[in-house]
Parts: sequence; C-alpha cells; structure tokens
Amino acid sequence: MTAQAATLDRAAAPGTPIIELRDATKSYGAVRALRDGTISLRAGEVRALLGENGAGKSTMVKLLGGVARLDDGVMLVDGEPVDFHSPTAANAAGIAVIYQEPTLFPDLSVAENVVMGRHPLGAMRRIDRRRMDREVQDLLDRLGVKLDAERPVRGLSIADQQIVEIAKALSFDARVLIMDEPTAALSGPEVERLFGVVRTLRDRGAAVLFISHRLEEIFAICDTVTIMRDGAVVDDTRTADVTTDDLVRRMVGRELDALFPKEAATIGPPVLRVHRLTREGVFTDVSFEVRAGEIVALAGLVGAGRSEVARAIFGIDRADGGHVEVNGRRLPAGRPTAAMRAGVGFVPEDRRHQGLVMDLSVARNATLTRTRALARGGFIRGAAEKALAGDWATKLQLKYHRLDDAVSTLSGGNQQKVVLAKWLATDPRVLIVDEPTRGIDVGTKAEVHRLLSTLAGQGVAILMISSELPEVLGMADRVLVMHEGRLTGAFAREEADEERIMRAATGQIEEATA
Amino acid sequence: MSAEVASPAAPPAGADTRARKLVETFFRVRELGIVGALALLVAVTAILEPRFIELESLRDLLRNASLFAIMAVGQTLVLVTRNVDLSVSSVLALSAFLAGDLLSTSGTPVALVFVLAIGLGAACGLLNGILVTFGRVPALVVTLGTLYAFRGLAFLWTDGRQINAETLPDSYLDIGTGTILGVPALAVIALVVVLVVGYYLRSYRSGRELYAIGSNTLAARLAGIRIDLRVCTAFVISGGLAGLAGALFTARYGTVDATAGTGYELSVIAAAVVGGVAITGGVGSVYGAAIGAVLMGCITSSLIFLKIDAFWQQAAIGALLLVAIAFDRFVGLRLDAALRQRSARRAA
Repeated sequence: MTAQAATLDRAAAPGTPIIELRDATKSYGAVRALRDGTISLRAGEVRALLGENGAGKSTMVKLLGGVARLDDGVMLVDGEPVDFHSPTAANAAGIAVIYQEPTLFPDLSVAENVVMGRHPLGAMRRIDRRRMDREVQDLLDRLGVKLDAERPVRGLSIADQQIVEIAKALSFDARVLIMDEPTAALSGPEVERLFGVVRTLRDRGAAVLFISHRLEEIFAICDTVTIMRDGAVVDDTRTADVTTDDLVRRMVGRELDALFPKEAATIGPPVLRVHRLTREGVFTDVSFEVRAGEIVALAGLVGAGRSEVARAIFGIDRADGGHVEVNGRRLPAGRPTAAMRAGVGFVPEDRRHQGLVMDLSVARNATLTRTRALARGGFIRGAAEKALAGDWATKLQLKYHRLDDAVSTLSGGNQQKVVLAKWLATDPRVLIVDEPTRGIDVGTKAEVHRLLSTLAGQGVAILMISSELPEVLGMADRVLVMHEGRLTGAFAREEADEERIMRAATGQIEEATA
Repeated sequence: MSAEVASPAAPPAGADTRARKLVETFFRVRELGIVGALALLVAVTAILEPRFIELESLRDLLRNASLFAIMAVGQTLVLVTRNVDLSVSSVLALSAFLAGDLLSTSGTPVALVFVLAIGLGAACGLLNGILVTFGRVPALVVTLGTLYAFRGLAFLWTDGRQINAETLPDSYLDIGTGTILGVPALAVIALVVVLVVGYYLRSYRSGRELYAIGSNTLAARLAGIRIDLRVCTAFVISGGLAGLAGALFTARYGTVDATAGTGYELSVIAAAVVGGVAITGGVGSVYGAAIGAVLMGCITSSLIFLKIDAFWQQAAIGALLLVAIAFDRFVGLRLDAALRQRSARRAA
C-alpha cells in the first residue's frame, strides 16, 4: 500500500482490523434480520457492503453503530470484545455512522451541530464560542469544503449535511466511518467531493465502510467488498478480483426472471394522460401517458420530484399548470375524491404514515376505500367488511392472525398487501404505486411483482415509481426518468439499461425515444 | 495517492456568510417586529390618552408584566424542548398561598419565604418532569392534569380562606410596590431572571442541549444527550419560576385565595409565542418571551386606558397571537426558501 503514514490520532497501522464482527446474529421478533454477520474493518481501507434491500446491511450497521445489540456472536474493537449499549458508546470507541438522511439539528449552527454535547469550554465551564467556531471552521477547511461554521444547518443540501456529519465524526477522532448509502441523494460533483473526503480519511488511516447500490461507485472507491444476501454474509473479496456481473450474481443469488415475473400484456389505448403538469419549484412541464395493460416506471434519484408528480396526479397537491386526463376526461385539480371516482388508485411511498391507519384492524384498513359501498343507511356492517377483506386476503395470500388485529402487527410485506387490497377493491383503471416493495422481504417482493403484472394483464394502467433499478428494468414496459423536476429520459423496455437510466437520472439528457 | 482533497465546483467565497447574515437579519426583524409593535402601541395610546405615559402608570404596567415575564422565561425553557407546561398558573397559586400563609401566621423571614415558595414550585415542576420523561406521557396531557390537580390542592389547602394585605408585613408588600432607582422592584427581579436564564441558555452545554432536544430529538439521542434529565430540569426551572412568581404575586396584590392566577397559563404561553418561541421546539429566546410579556401587558393596559370593553381585550390578544404566528410563518418560509436557494445555487 502506498498510503501515507497515518496521521489520525489513535490510528492503527494500515491493515490491522479496528473493529470486527464474528458470527453475529440479530432477530426482530420472529424475523431473523442477520444470521451470519462476519465483517472486519481495517485501518486505511475502504470496504463496500453490498446487498439487496432487506439483505441485512442496515442491521449490521446498527450493530456496529451501537443502535442495536447482538443476540449472539462477538464484536471486537482492537482485538478486545466489546458490547455497545448505546451510540455514544460506539462513538467513544471511535466509530461513527453517517446515515443516508443526516441526523442534525436544523435550528442550530453548523459548528454547534458538530460539537453538540462536547462544546469546548472556557472559564466557569462556559462555552467558548470563538474556539468552537474556529475549530469547526478549521475542520471544514481541512476537509476542503467551503462551508461557514456559523450558518444554521437549515437549508443545507443533503451533501453539505453529510459533510457536517463527517466533520462531527472527525471532531471526536473517529477511526471507523460507516456511511449508509451516502450518495443516494447526491449529484455527480457532490459524489466526487465526498469521495475526495473519503480518500483523505482513508489515507490518514481511518477504516471506512461504504454502502451503496451503485456498483460503479464501489469500484471507484472501495478496496474490498462484503456481499450479503438474505441476512447472511455470502462473500468477502477484493474489488480488484471481481467484475460487476460477479457482484450482481452473488448479491441476487437467483435468476432475475423469478424475481420479476413480468407477463406480456396486450397494450390498449391510453388511459392516463398527463399534460404539461407543473408545480412551481417542484416539477416542471411533465407530460406522458400510460396505456391500458402497460406498466410505466418512473425512475430517478431521491428528490427528483417523482412522488410529487404522483401526488399531483392523484390530486393531493394542486398543480400550478397543466392537467391530467383519465379515459379522455379531465380530472379537477386538487381533488383526490374525484380521482378515485375516475378510477385512479394510489399506493403511497410511506405505507406506515400515508397508506395505512396503523391502529385500525386489518379488515378496516383493507376496506377503507369501500366504506360507502359497505354501508347501509350510514352504518358500516362488520360482517360485510370482513367478508370483503377476507376475500382480498385470500386473493393476495395475506399472512395474518385475525382480521380484527391491528394492521401494525403485520410484517412490512403483508402491510403493503393490505394497502394494495384497499385499492384493488375499488377496481381501479389506473394504479399509481410509489416504491411498492421498499423494505419488503424478497419472497413477498416477488409476490407483489406478480400481482402488478397480473393487474396489467387485466388491462389496468400502472404507473410505478421505483428507486430500485432491477425492479424498474424487470417490471416496466416503458421507463420514464426524472431529474430535478423534469423528465430527462424515456426508454422502451428493450432499450432501457442501468447506464442509460442513471445517465438520465443524473441529468445527462439523451434523446427521448419512446 | 494524494492526501489533498479535491474540491470541485468550489462555490464563490462568502456565499455562506451571506446565508448567515440572512438568518441574523431574520432574527433582528423578528425581535424588531415586537419592539416596533410595542412602540407603535405606546405611541398611539399616548396620543389618544396622555395619562398612559405618566411615570406611575408605566410602572404599573411593568409590575403587571413582570410576573408574566418571569413565568414566560420558565415556559420558554420547556417550549424549546418541544414540551409545554400548562400547570404554571396553579403552581403560582400554591406558592402564593404558601408565602401568604407563612408570613401572616408566623414570622418566617422574607428570604426563607422566597426559598420555600420557589422550592414548592420546583417540586411541582419535578412531578411534571418525571411524569413526562419517565411516564412517557405527552406534556400537554400531564400538565393539563396537574393544572387541575394543583388547583384542586390549592382549594383543599386554603379551605375558603383568603389572605389579606393587613396580615402581611410591610417589608414584604414593599417588594411588590416599591421601586429601585425609580424602577419597580418587580421589574428589576424579572430583568435579573431574564438575563441569568438567557445567559445560561446561550453559554452552557446543558442550555444548548435543550435547543438540540427540541430541534431533533433523535439526533439529540445519537449525540448522547441525557434527554430525560434535561427535559426534567426544564420543568423544574419552569415550576421554580412559577413559584417565584407566586411569592411575588402575594407581594404585589396582598390578597390571595385559591383562585389566584387562574387562566395565567395561556397568557404565559401566548407571551412566549408572540416573543418568537416556536411551539414546535428548538427556536426562541427568553429575551423575546419577556418582550412578548411586556407587549401583552401593554395591550391590556392600553385598552383599559382607552376605556375599551373587556371583551375586546381578549379579542385583541387573540388577534395579536395570530398575527405573530402568521408573521413568523411567513418570514420563516421566506427564510427557508432563501437558504435553500443559496445552497442550490452553490451546488449548481
């Protein structure tokens, strides 16, 4: 290794493991989130942690960061067994976790965010503000970023907020930096800047764990890679020894076809037509159509405005310009009830807060869209409610204990099925699904995909927002890509590939062909 | 490999400094806004009714506002942590009666009376804090409960008795009515409280941590802040200051019964909110809250001077509250947008 001599305080010699996990297991209730967690983070090394959603990566991160505790197995820091009972304990051992969504205090200054709980003190244990501002400014300057330590965090971009998190980690001499999908919401130059910072830290002898779904990033910055699948570590190798295909195969571990059972459906006439839809400052001039039997995916990075378009189509947010037609009829702006009546269903991104009433029963949630039809003289009949819910539960192979149980007792995948049931019960002609399989285990994921495919086969027009490229490529007849509020790409199924979509999603516009 | 960090797309220097200035201006606008409203109100009332700015009526105004300012300071600590203390008016009644009772039935020294009144308030605050933090019950519910419970205790304890000024020593009543260098003693006490707590909030770790808790509780937990302890402390201080206000209430009015201070809790919260303390936590200063208390007191007394129906007083305070919140929201949204734009322009 040509890495410079370590200059970080408490830094170990390059190559020595700073923190190790051996045979770690962790369960949440009946769900085994981690079965065989073995990983070792070495000084002066950037390691990638790779795996599908639900493969156990975040559980691993939680264990290393002291947010969760081991059920079984050992954790070693500098060869000594440890048991972190809190994030603070992990910090004290020199381990810092930087989450995808930074956890900062928006109302306080950058400097104060960095030193919170560890303010430099002067006489009489008073906070020495001058020293605080100067030290943090030094830290930011050393990271090579232009950021004023005294400005408030409110209004900073996600990229800058991550830099603040990194500065925070450095301020308590972190030797291990765990970054959970730090690039998910960053633009190209921001990713480059982050990588520059990460390389500096590595060269100074820090161990970095880098989680990303973007394979090219892993090859760009990581020395080694740990691959997880279904809660276990399945591979540990040097990035130089593998190719992208190797990584994908080991990560997925099964044929893509089984995961994305896309049936060919007869494509009918356009059902949903979106015409020059604009919402100021959020998205601009978005036009497209979805035909009967077609699955159109809306891809793009987090924050590109995809969910906002969906919300405007359904009428939750009012569009400033443009309009939406269903079967040739214009929808009145800003009225979800009108959209529902016209046959539009909407499965929102955040099922816990937007899709379900968590404290209500499974049956009540599943029939929430049909209360009018179920009511006699204004009263909902429990028997009818249960009959309808039971019906859909069977069709969707819902796993539940009793229909009377609160929907919060179900697993994530089964909760999503309840949301789907709720909308399928309305017999929709257009179904908008926002991140339909986020946080769902692989098995149920395939079921949800099969269901969407079957619906399309029955002539439903489906608009699917998804951040998972395999899902987009596997399920969509057509892929639309958004970047910063505009459509920047449209590809037919056969033309769509990861590279093209990513290029459009990062704003490198290609001729629209579909 | 080079140890130098490349910084592509280096933003124009000073972009952030401008962002900082923007925020500073915002808070200046915010506090200037209240001060401006205060000045306008005094000016208009003085023109219509010159007696309003006579020295004695201004002193009276300050005396009334001082009690609210002291409680608003305590309330600010609690609000900043994204909690609320509704029980302060009942705590005030308990402490006011305790002070009156001690002074009229025994010869307890005045200093000890203050200590005991503040201690009783702090104990009430501790109960609130424990229920909120360890009981995991929302502060709104806990303090709504203790608002009634403490008031009930006051009724049981007083048993219909009333304490009158004649039974209280003059030295004590002087605190409520006397002046120091021409300034009402009550206002001096309130000023000291505001300055001490304001300094604490700005310059001590535990003070900053209160803001952190209200700004983002999860982040506060990850930063290793002892949230329960801090929130509890905020409630104890709020209770203690309500206790102090109780002792001063007795000195000011001389007459205390179980209904003392009824309804003050909402005026106190209103004063803090008018003064720029966010009900959603993380934002606000005790200075703003104290100015808010003075503004509200000023409205009440100017309406009395202008012989306007009592009904309109309530309506005017309500309107002021709505205007203050709307103003905050409006300027806050503009500020958010401006800050975001700067960051966006830099990233581009």
